[in-house]
Amino acid sequence: MRRFLLILIPYAWLLALFLVPFAIVFKMALSDIAVARPPYFPQFDWAEGIWVFLAELDFENFVWLTEDDLYWKAYLSSLKIAAISTLLALLVGYPMAYGMARAPEQWRPTLMMLVILPFWTSFLIRVYAWMGILSNEGFLNQFLLWTGVISAPLTILNTNWAVYIGIVYTYLPFMILPIYAALERMDGALIEAAEDLGCSRLSAFWLVTFPLSRPGVIAGSFLVFIPVLGEFVIPSLLGGSDTLMIGKVLWEEFFSNRDWPVASAVAVVLLLLLIVPIVLFQRNQQKQQEADR
Amino acid sequence: MSLKSVTLAAVAAASASAAFAEEVRVYNWSDYIDESLLAKFEEETGIKLIYDVFDSNELLETKMLAGGSGYDVVVPTGSFMARQIEAGAFQKLDPSKLSNLGNMWDTISTRTALYDPGNEYSINYMWGTTGIGSNAAKVKDALGEDAPVDSLALVFDPANMEKLAECGVYFLDAPDEIIPAALKYIGEDPNSQDVKIIAKAEAVLQAVRPYVQKFHSSEYINALANGEICVAVGWSGDILQARDRAAEAENGVEISYHAPKEGALMWFDQMAIPVDAPNPDAAHKFLNFMMDAHNMAAASNYVYYANGNKASQEFLEADVIEDPAIYPDAATLENLYIKEAYPIKAQRTATRLWTKVKSGT
Repeated sequence: MRRFLLILIPYAWLLALFLVPFAIVFKMALSDIAVARPPYFPQFDWAEGIWVFLAELDFENFVWLTEDDLYWKAYLSSLKIAAISTLLALLVGYPMAYGMARAPEQWRPTLMMLVILPFWTSFLIRVYAWMGILSNEGFLNQFLLWTGVISAPLTILNTNWAVYIGIVYTYLPFMILPIYAALERMDGALIEAAEDLGCSRLSAFWLVTFPLSRPGVIAGSFLVFIPVLGEFVIPSLLGGSDTLMIGKVLWEEFFSNRDWPVASAVAVVLLLLLIVPIVLFQRNQQKQQEADR
Repeated sequence: MSLKSVTLAAVAAASASAAFAEEVRVYNWSDYIDESLLAKFEEETGIKLIYDVFDSNELLETKMLAGGSGYDVVVPTGSFMARQIEAGAFQKLDPSKLSNLGNMWDTISTRTALYDPGNEYSINYMWGTTGIGSNAAKVKDALGEDAPVDSLALVFDPANMEKLAECGVYFLDAPDEIIPAALKYIGEDPNSQDVKIIAKAEAVLQAVRPYVQKFHSSEYINALANGEICVAVGWSGDILQARDRAAEAENGVEISYHAPKEGALMWFDQMAIPVDAPNPDAAHKFLNFMMDAHNMAAASNYVYYANGNKASQEFLEADVIEDPAIYPDAATLENLYIKEAYPIKAQRTATRLWTKVKSGT
């Protein structure tokens, strides 16, 4: 009985906060746009009964999604941006995590603090700060002009470059922390053994350190990749009108087009597409736990 | 944060310190009021005024259709409001609480009745045209002495736009205004509800898309005033505000506004009370306050838009009432067109076209 109750809590949680909202969104995706409050049809009416209501639903909006290539383009473009950002975050984050793990023990808590510190400021304010830094009259251009590296201001804001900078900056801690955790647990004696057996420092890194940190790299990569795929705030503030991401398309469908049924259909499809990397991530975590046992 | 929002925040902070029994929440367009009026309203009525701003009709409509926005007064544009009235988003006004109704101008009321039959749900706040703002010196540099600054060809002819791209061009992020303008340029009916006609705007817009730096509905005021851009398709009063900000800054930037000679969109921003407004009584007080001739004149003198208030005209400054860019003469008035709300199918075509154009796909 106690075991049943224990399981009940997470399932009730999932039901209330995931399945029920999903059912509402899915129902909306099967509705039609209408001039009404809220702006879709049919509304559930107790008097008419559930069957009349269900009969009015259809998959028209999903068909519409396949007919228009905008959604595929947006999804592929999101995949590309997410993949490149993950790679960049890994390239920047790995050396930082490595440095932290190799730092003297008494420094590590301080270094850890420094990684987490930006979270103390609102995410939105930090992205706005980047707007100030990257704009044509911004800090970065002023500085480069002053040093004489460039003679005319670089246009960075409102391009994909700005989006990459913003994403890598924002998600870097999610990459560093799991890699650091993996590296810190590593036994330093393994490196000594590798070097005793004739490895150079570089090959010791590739043959011993990196494979041992792989679980951290994979965890970090998923933690960056999955949220970036649906990212909306960073591309809309830092990106240009031509930065195409599925999160932005979803927003436009909802707020600019006021087409709630199509917006819901996009949301359902996005969720289904996101499940793939999430399942992969879960499986990786599970394998890891089994290996640790 | 602009200087204006800082003053707004200061006004809000100052009013928070006094004790108010009631509050009223107003949701209006950005840069659209003389802020001293907000303090004056609080002083006269003892009602705390919470004033928020937006810059897109689409966003406002989403809030209205979702319901529960918490606002007591909102300011949609006529064509959008017509649809929102149909959806049941607003409540009828109570004329017994609006003693200043007699101040309104019938020339405007007859036009707004197209969107709100009998003007039962709304009063006119401001009206204006959608046209072209240009930086005289920079446009001359790019296109020579006889640049067509008063023609849609300036922004829809790729040959002109290619040369202007260098100095920067912004378009409004408002499909319901730019698509009709593009249709007008190729000689089609800008008010067309026909999906096939609307689709014709795409080719016009795609041809100039590469030269448009940004689609945005409020940033162009500062961008024009600072000289960051040389041309903006925008709203009349906003561009005139840019002209004045540049003049105040004495930065040598000279901005002028033209309603395109081919014809310009005439629009009406209407004050209305959401059906679920928490405090409709205070909302009526706010509407009545705004319809006072002195207050409305103060607002127009500040934002450079014409209003629908006849009685306010004697208190308008000469550079407002006598400027044909604000109060057009009879000939210009003849040349203005009005747009009705799109039906759902046409709306989907228009917004889809817009997403395609903006994202360059």
